[in-house]
Amino acid sequence: MLDVKKVTKIFNPRTVNEKIAIYNITFKLQKGDFVTLIGGNGSGKSTLLNCIAGVYPVNAGSVIIDGMDITNLAEYKRSVVLGRVFQDPIMGTAANMGIEENLALALRRGQRRGLSWGISNKERELYKEQLRILSLGLENRLGTKVGLLSGGQRQALTLLMATLKKPKLLLLDEHTAALDPKTAQNVLRLSDKIIKENNLTTLMVTHNMRDAIKYGNRLLMMHEGQIILDIQDDEKRKLTVEDLLIRFGDVSGEELADNEMLLS
Amino acid sequence: MLQILSGALSLGLLWAIVTIGVYLTYRILSIADLTVEGSIVTGAAIAAVAITRGINPYLAIGLAFLGGLVAGLITGLLHTKLKIPSLLAGILTLIGLYSINLRIMGRANISLLRVNTVYTFFENLGLDHTMSVIVIGLTFVLSLTGILYWFFGTEIGCAIRATGDNPQMARAQGINTNNTIILGLMISNGLVSIGGALIAQSQSFADIQMGIGAIVIGLASVIIGEVLFGKRNFYSRLISLMLGAITYRVIIALVLKLGMPANDLKLFTAITVAIALSLPVFRSYFITLKKSLKKGE
Ligand SMILES: Nc1ncnc2c1ncn2[C@@H]1O[C@H](COP(=O)(O)OP(=O)(O)O)[C@@H](O)[C@H]1O
Ligand SMILES: [Mg+2]
Repeated sequence: MLDVKKVTKIFNPRTVNEKIAIYNITFKLQKGDFVTLIGGNGSGKSTLLNCIAGVYPVNAGSVIIDGMDITNLAEYKRSVVLGRVFQDPIMGTAANMGIEENLALALRRGQRRGLSWGISNKERELYKEQLRILSLGLENRLGTKVGLLSGGQRQALTLLMATLKKPKLLLLDEHTAALDPKTAQNVLRLSDKIIKENNLTTLMVTHNMRDAIKYGNRLLMMHEGQIILDIQDDEKRKLTVEDLLIRFGDVSGEELADNEMLLS
Repeated sequence: MLQILSGALSLGLLWAIVTIGVYLTYRILSIADLTVEGSIVTGAAIAAVAITRGINPYLAIGLAFLGGLVAGLITGLLHTKLKIPSLLAGILTLIGLYSINLRIMGRANISLLRVNTVYTFFENLGLDHTMSVIVIGLTFVLSLTGILYWFFGTEIGCAIRATGDNPQMARAQGINTNNTIILGLMISNGLVSIGGALIAQSQSFADIQMGIGAIVIGLASVIIGEVLFGKRNFYSRLISLMLGAITYRVIIALVLKLGMPANDLKLFTAITVAIALSLPVFRSYFITLKKSLKKGE
């Protein structure tokens, strides 16, 4: 499904600010995998997702989705097969446009945009139906400007937009990190529900070890631009935070700083 | 007095078209596009040359529109493909257009006295010049408003709006933001050129200098429209732009009447826009001041 081969990303190469953000990363996702990706600040998680999404070019390696090499494809073209939710709630939606207008943009992902109406009446029913799943009451506020919504509402909406056209791969980058704990749990549960119901192949970055263990069928851990742990299925089901800390120590030869990954 | 007001109204209606063009880039695409100072002249130049060669004045306006599209295209390519910052891209096109406009006109000034313009038809029906300009101006502004209202409701129009609002999100939704930015700049400058063509015909000449300050006048009109007439939805916004442009002309007519030398007009406009753009800063300053005064009590 997703095949990442020897991908390296270096920021500001050949300058004093050179930074090897990820180095020679190789991994595969199977169709239907729900993978949580965990790692300390600056370990390269966002960079990996951005390389897959084509936000910037990679320095080496290739990214292949369903047999199609997308390594050099423009970001907007890859969007056809990708759904994305970002850490910052502001990033995923157009603030000055209405809820339904944002959804309409998402529904047309991968289609040629022409001179027909940006939203049809028929779609509005679909949007209401989909918004109801969020249980946030947004189905009655189709015309409301997204800028007026709370962070949690915006993330839930972005999630819906990312999955409205079923993507081949869903990329979630700490999409609950900017929310208060209760809202974060709600959005996480919602993500889990949507992912399971649609059987979406998903790569979800999280800062929180418990969430990484609780959700998904596979866990990857990154450290200094490399994937250092890959725990799947049965093994993952039995995993505890303590195990994870011990295994991190074994592989990296370092103690995990308390503040580096949230334990609660 | 009435004469002054109707003069301001007629000029305001023509400048409303320029204002709408400025609004498209400044508010919808979030780009301050200086190309307009050149494309307004391009529109005037193309129309003037065409009309003096005996081409139908409406067709001349169509040609002016095409000229504006090309001007916007150049700025768009400089900005998106060559990654030149938008402000600088606009300046480069503007400077280049100065020579191109001179080439189009062949000299610095073309007179349109004693030729048929779009206004001649109504003048022949017995309306005076100002009234004819008002009729034509209103017709153009309202039809363009209608067309734009439709266009920005279409899929492409929505994609352009999304690009200005949040380009990152637009790309994540599969929108080629380079193309939408180019298209937005083209439409904006096309409109500005139509404005230039109509202005030249109403003042009976096209002049190489007539674009100086156009961006500031456009911005002033946009801001006046927003402050005085609201910005609830897109339609009311478009109407606000028209009213803003007219109000700006009325204000100018009044300060001139009060004895301000015409040479100081541009300075006056620049200061007005500077104040209007900095209003949010003053507002937050006053709010902090109020709070600290309250605390002091
Ligand atoms: N655009 C950029 N320019 C320069 N350095 C960057 C850029 N983005 C990320 N980095 C650096 O790359 C490393 C990995 O960053 P990132 O992928 O954001 O980490 P994570 O998401 O795991 O916290 C960090 O050291 C960061 O400072
Ligand atoms: Mg990150």
